[in-house]
Amino acid sequence: MTIWLAAIALFGLTGAVGGTLAPARWRVIVVSACTVAAATSALVVSINVLHTGHVVSLATSRLLPFTGVQLHLDPMGALFVAITAVVAVAVALYNVGYAAHQPMTRSSACAFAIFVTSMLLVPAAWSVTTFLFGWELMAVASLVLVLTDHRRSPNVRSAAIWYAVLTQIGAASIAFALVLLAAQTGGQGFTVMVLHSAAASPWLRGTVFMLALAGFASKAGVVPLHVWLPKAHAEAPSAVSALMSAAMVNLGIYGILRVGDTLLGGGPSWWWITVIVLGVASAIYGSIHAATSTDLKRLLAYSTADNIGLVMIAVGTAGLLTATGHPSYAALALFAGMFHLVNHAVFKGTLFLSAGSVQYATGTRDLDQLGGLFTRMPIASTIFAVGTVAITALPPLCGFVSEWLLLQSLLHGLSSSVTVSVVLMPLGVAALALTGGLTAAAFVKAFGVGFLGIARSPAAADAHEPPRLMNVGSGLLASLCVLFGVVPVVMVGPLNSVVRVAQSTAGSIVGSRGEALAIANTRGVFDPTFIALALVTSMLAVLGARRYVSRRHAVRRAPVWGCGRELQTPRMTYTATSFAEPLQRVFDDVLQPSRDLDVSHRGESRYFVESVRFGTRGGDAFERLLYQPVFALVRGAANKARLLQNGSVHRYLAYGLGALVVVLVFAR
Amino acid sequence: MTESAPRPVETVEQHRSDLLNLRGSLQLRHVDAGSCNGCEMEIASIFSPVYDAEQYGIRLVASPRHADAALVTGPVTKNMAGPLRRTIEALGAPAVVIAIGDCARDCGVFAGAYGVEGSVTDVTEVHLEIPGCPPAPADIIAALRRLSPA
Repeated sequence: MTIWLAAIALFGLTGAVGGTLAPARWRVIVVSACTVAAATSALVVSINVLHTGHVVSLATSRLLPFTGVQLHLDPMGALFVAITAVVAVAVALYNVGYAAHQPMTRSSACAFAIFVTSMLLVPAAWSVTTFLFGWELMAVASLVLVLTDHRRSPNVRSAAIWYAVLTQIGAASIAFALVLLAAQTGGQGFTVMVLHSAAASPWLRGTVFMLALAGFASKAGVVPLHVWLPKAHAEAPSAVSALMSAAMVNLGIYGILRVGDTLLGGGPSWWWITVIVLGVASAIYGSIHAATSTDLKRLLAYSTADNIGLVMIAVGTAGLLTATGHPSYAALALFAGMFHLVNHAVFKGTLFLSAGSVQYATGTRDLDQLGGLFTRMPIASTIFAVGTVAITALPPLCGFVSEWLLLQSLLHGLSSSVTVSVVLMPLGVAALALTGGLTAAAFVKAFGVGFLGIARSPAAADAHEPPRLMNVGSGLLASLCVLFGVVPVVMVGPLNSVVRVAQSTAGSIVGSRGEALAIANTRGVFDPTFIALALVTSMLAVLGARRYVSRRHAVRRAPVWGCGRELQTPRMTYTATSFAEPLQRVFDDVLQPSRDLDVSHRGESRYFVESVRFGTRGGDAFERLLYQPVFALVRGAANKARLLQNGSVHRYLAYGLGALVVVLVFAR
Repeated sequence: MTESAPRPVETVEQHRSDLLNLRGSLQLRHVDAGSCNGCEMEIASIFSPVYDAEQYGIRLVASPRHADAALVTGPVTKNMAGPLRRTIEALGAPAVVIAIGDCARDCGVFAGAYGVEGSVTDVTEVHLEIPGCPPAPADIIAALRRLSPA
């Protein structure tokens, strides 16, 4: 199996070099083939690790000077490798189709291969240097990819700067945490850290966890470190957004689990309470913004913050229940969280890729300019619809299964008699319920306004089906949404082995009884396959009955009754903005939109109004209230510092003289 | 109540046999095709406590999808000709069209006016005509009850 681990890096490197050197026509083929090869190797090794539970490791001292490279893939890492590999295969296929429209540039071909490879290797890293090397490679490569369309709009450059700053602050925080722990445990290999971290003082352990949490939360897009997410996801090419949202943000969760559960071996309640609170904030804030966004990709980005928040709630609950002595319910929470992470990857990958198809077909991602796409691009729209049903957690698709399990774990957490969990679990349940409703609103809007109704712009009226391979890429992920929803037992084995590693337990919390899921220590089973069958059967029954009845009566087709209206223009239809308006009013305090009311009067008298202009802009409140003051502070300090550096040669000579005098006086 | 006996109601000959199936229940969608609102006053009053058309199962409904018949008043103006056709198209089959008032039958005093397309007969097939300018409530009820006898 070790050879497959090496093959990932080898294929990735070939892709990066080949993509850079190949002529423009072959570039995308070379990169995609190498990416698919690397991802396939990764799938082989990770599925093997997940099934057998055996660890695959590889160490070489030749690659990185002084420290060497240490890879060590355990089931927890393997899950993340497998998710990334599947998404990477879909995106690589999609890219081949997309390149027919816009050829891949040399830099993005190279960065794409490096990005995928580094994401496949980060979860296998088993020393601080290897981890940070992979992590930084991933950050830089993704930054290059975000900048792909930098000539198109200054927004792309601004988004990239936001992303770069936040991800680097995060990386610094992670580096500090890991170095602190390495210094304490006396080794930079993760094995040494695992052995000696328990001996460290609680304060140091707490500091390490909080620093790591801050760093990984910025990668995962957790509120309040999410501000890069809607910018970068919206402005990056859709294939890159899909990779970032479905694969990269997961690694933030991976980091929290790896540091909290493996390296530090679990911690006190307050660590996990922090994680739950961040998760709840993220879930609610993300879903409110998703429900009110009118930019399709911005909506999806905020919904990523929402779903990652739900996973954070699960991870935090698992940690808290372990800390308070309920390991079996903790295992259930972690199982649900990891399942939701897998599902989020497949449905968000589907949605981002089909949002890219929409952008390809219409040139816009503004929902107010779309509409009527279902009749013009039925395949791409159906794929988007599958993603929509999955993300709104409706049976029989995958989101339903994991959210149900998450709800179960939170409700079981209530039965513990520890005050803090009794207070926090209902909070989690409430957050889950609220975000469920808001997500439904957001995606009814996305699908209803964007794909149904009449075209709201000439661009939407001219939409056409994208190249076949683009649909194959997004369709691959959509079919996984169906698979994980209808036959979730396929995920039971792999997820149980992940949970066993994280919780260090021997048993499995969710068992399979036939095709049904059975939670240990509880009565009853949960059978999504039966639910799916019942749904399909009842739908077929209704359709059959309708057919039978209409066969006996003549069917007359008449236009939809619109109160006899002669004309139907796009301006008369419901837009995404108007659909979200009531929600925007309700959540005014959270969203804090800026409103401009501009009334100009006639010259003769103020009693006569010439024109009234009204506009609202929904920025991110955190950006305005948290980040802008910090920027202003830095800018102010920089301006003050300018007094010292005014460019005058005389002054610099005087500094030199002064320094010399000081040295002579004090260094006698 | 001192009211003269109902005047004879003129019906168009081409009755459909299935019109007689509307026993004891007649759901009406009202279309004002350009009326002076005189007929509307009378239609409103047939649902008043004095005449109480609902006791015969006659009711106004909000959508042609729910209706058995269209109750059309006024000469058909150019702007309302299209909507009137759409309304009749939206009725469930067999659709009955009732022209109520003299204007609906032959444009009345508005005949030849610049905004008038024609009478209801000019626009669509009419199954029942109720004369009068405006027709008295009792006449309207008597005519409608011929469509849906108890």
